[in-house]
Amino acid sequence: MPVRPTAALTALLTTVLAAGALTACDAGSGEGPDTLRVSYKQSTDNSVKVMDTYLAGIKKQFECEHPGKKVEFVPIKAPDSEYYTKLQQMLRSPRTAPDLVYEDTFLINSDITSGYLKPLDPYLAKWPDWGRFIGTAKAAARGQDGKTYGVPDGTDTRGLWFDKRVFRKAGLPADWQPRTWDEILAAARTIKRKVPGVTPLNLYTGKPAGEEATMQGFEELLYGTNDGRSDPLYDAASKKWIAAGQGFKDALAFVHSVFQEKLGPDVSDALDPNYSTTVRGELLPEGRLGIDLDGSWLPQDWLPGSGHEWKDWSKETGLASMPTQHGQAPGKVSMSGGWTWSIPARAAHPDLAFDFIRTLQTRDNARKWYIANSGIAVRADVASDPAYAGAQPGIKFFTDLVATTHYRPAFPAYPKVSTAIQEAMEGVTTGDRTVAQAAGDYDAALKDATGGQVVGG
Amino acid sequence: MRRRGAAPGLLRALPLAPAVVLLLLFLAGPIAYCVLIAFTDLQLTGQAHSSFVGFANFRRAFADPAFLNAVWLTLVFTVLSSIVGQNTLGLALAALMKRASRPVRAVAGAVVVTAWVLPEVVAGFLLYAFFRREGTLDAVLGWLRLPRQNWLYTLPILAVSFANVWRGTAFSMLVYSAALDEIPAEISEAAEVDGAGGLRRLWHITLPMIRRSIGTNLMLNTLQTLSVFGLIWVMTRGGPGDRSQTLPLLMYEQAFQNSMIGYGTAVALLLLLVGALFSAVYLRLLRTEV
Repeated sequence: MPVRPTAALTALLTTVLAAGALTACDAGSGEGPDTLRVSYKQSTDNSVKVMDTYLAGIKKQFECEHPGKKVEFVPIKAPDSEYYTKLQQMLRSPRTAPDLVYEDTFLINSDITSGYLKPLDPYLAKWPDWGRFIGTAKAAARGQDGKTYGVPDGTDTRGLWFDKRVFRKAGLPADWQPRTWDEILAAARTIKRKVPGVTPLNLYTGKPAGEEATMQGFEELLYGTNDGRSDPLYDAASKKWIAAGQGFKDALAFVHSVFQEKLGPDVSDALDPNYSTTVRGELLPEGRLGIDLDGSWLPQDWLPGSGHEWKDWSKETGLASMPTQHGQAPGKVSMSGGWTWSIPARAAHPDLAFDFIRTLQTRDNARKWYIANSGIAVRADVASDPAYAGAQPGIKFFTDLVATTHYRPAFPAYPKVSTAIQEAMEGVTTGDRTVAQAAGDYDAALKDATGGQVVGG
Repeated sequence: MRRRGAAPGLLRALPLAPAVVLLLLFLAGPIAYCVLIAFTDLQLTGQAHSSFVGFANFRRAFADPAFLNAVWLTLVFTVLSSIVGQNTLGLALAALMKRASRPVRAVAGAVVVTAWVLPEVVAGFLLYAFFRREGTLDAVLGWLRLPRQNWLYTLPILAVSFANVWRGTAFSMLVYSAALDEIPAEISEAAEVDGAGGLRRLWHITLPMIRRSIGTNLMLNTLQTLSVFGLIWVMTRGGPGDRSQTLPLLMYEQAFQNSMIGYGTAVALLLLLVGALFSAVYLRLLRTEV
């Protein structure tokens, strides 16, 4: 018998939210048929107002263009994981569901499966700008039913950051561009030999690092194995997850080499949950790390006012794309995530909500947003716009990766699959498990996480 | 107005009504709701409908090595940090401070209580900085030419237990200070005149007389320690691997990271059961007449 035991909680939440909304309302806005309610994730850092400022401008513009309509924001101030929880609770009931929500592509397919979101295809078909979005980004919010449930407002990409100061001491080229995994290991070995006291190569690993280990670490390797194009985790044709094959084992073997040859950080550091803060805030700026497999957003941490400013970061670091295993086509690998604007299935004003998305995603507004939040453009016309491409060093490099980037198979089982990957990585990182044992553990965990929906690797 | 028609007893109970309603709504309600969903396969996201699954979540827990590991670590953590650490150290500090001079007592008391007043997360970060590689402890060991290591990696459960002792001892100390002050000075003096040494006086006079405080203190300490989350989360995230993953951390991982609300709630209920078992033991201790 299907039950909805959350009804009581939803009712309670509704009361609490209603009370909050009533006190937060200013005189002009109300719950009328002309009020559009928009939920988004507000930064937990009070000094960061990037999104609030941007959306306030959009609201003004939208209300001007739609006389008689009002926009009311329902910001949720929480860290990522709690944001998802709150949003999912709100989406369960028509009384709390906003008209427009900000969804992370990490969990969007889960929410689609739960029936929380509305397919946007009828709207998108009549919206000429949709054709300007890059194909891979369009797929980020596509459900297993083939329908699209969100409009992406940017993305991120990943690659290799390297320290030119360290490279100079090691006698490595300043325009380093490795073509295979072996060339990365070779460079790391050179650094280890010639520049003592420096960590040659950082690769996020293990459960403490969480999704960072899966996405920046393992998947950057895995998606460069085999033909370098098809999804090595999920088989779309049979809708099943793929067990650990040769590519998976090769990726584990790479992790194993990095830590057993001591090319990476000390294992106890690598398994410290706060290690990524150390990497961005200390190791890289202080020139104590040679190569870092990491994301496009790193400079955010080095800009003025960030606490660990690094004025010369663009002169002292170099960027290289992550190569495929043997240099096979397409030659480079990147993983992408990002957020989308979606309309809840229980929204009261879906048509108005889509109008708001169109305002958010005019060419000018999109560009303004990418520049404001150091995002990577997913609209081809903005990506080629010099005002965007020149806004920050490195932005062109990371934008060019969008063409060949991969999105995770972010289906409902994905968070559990991701944990299984982290555990396999951790096993070979500490040396407790051999590559074959870790791959076997992964297969067992995968079966458990996906209810047995697995095909051979 | 129907003032006259109401029964006087009911009228007198009326002021209690808001409190009763609030308790039902915010305490009994959520607990009943938790019990209900522990028997479903409810997920936060990723499923269209949930259904009742009977005892499947509980069967799953007892077959899950991660759960058994968490139960074991929870017991280790509780016994080490609460029963042995906070309790014994608190009593020792209280006894020492009774004999100390006034300024020493004031300074020592202030230091211990500061650790207790600090928010859990702040204390977590302080101790993370103390135990981490290149942290304070490591630096001291290096200075003493002893082998250096990352304690959070080599002995994570010990490190978080120590952190909990550091943070929670003040409470025991305050409880025992109050209890020791209650012991009439004549009794101790009489025993001393009779020739009883320090240890004998502790065993035959002090401990029996503060028995009730010991029971209360153990119960409060244990229940608080069982539910410690923030401290461990900040210091180790339950890792490396699952070597410091106590029940509250396992519950969080299952419910909010893996979205398995039903299973996570079942784990929470089992944690409640562990707490109830400890409480039952302490209640017996409290009831026994001296």
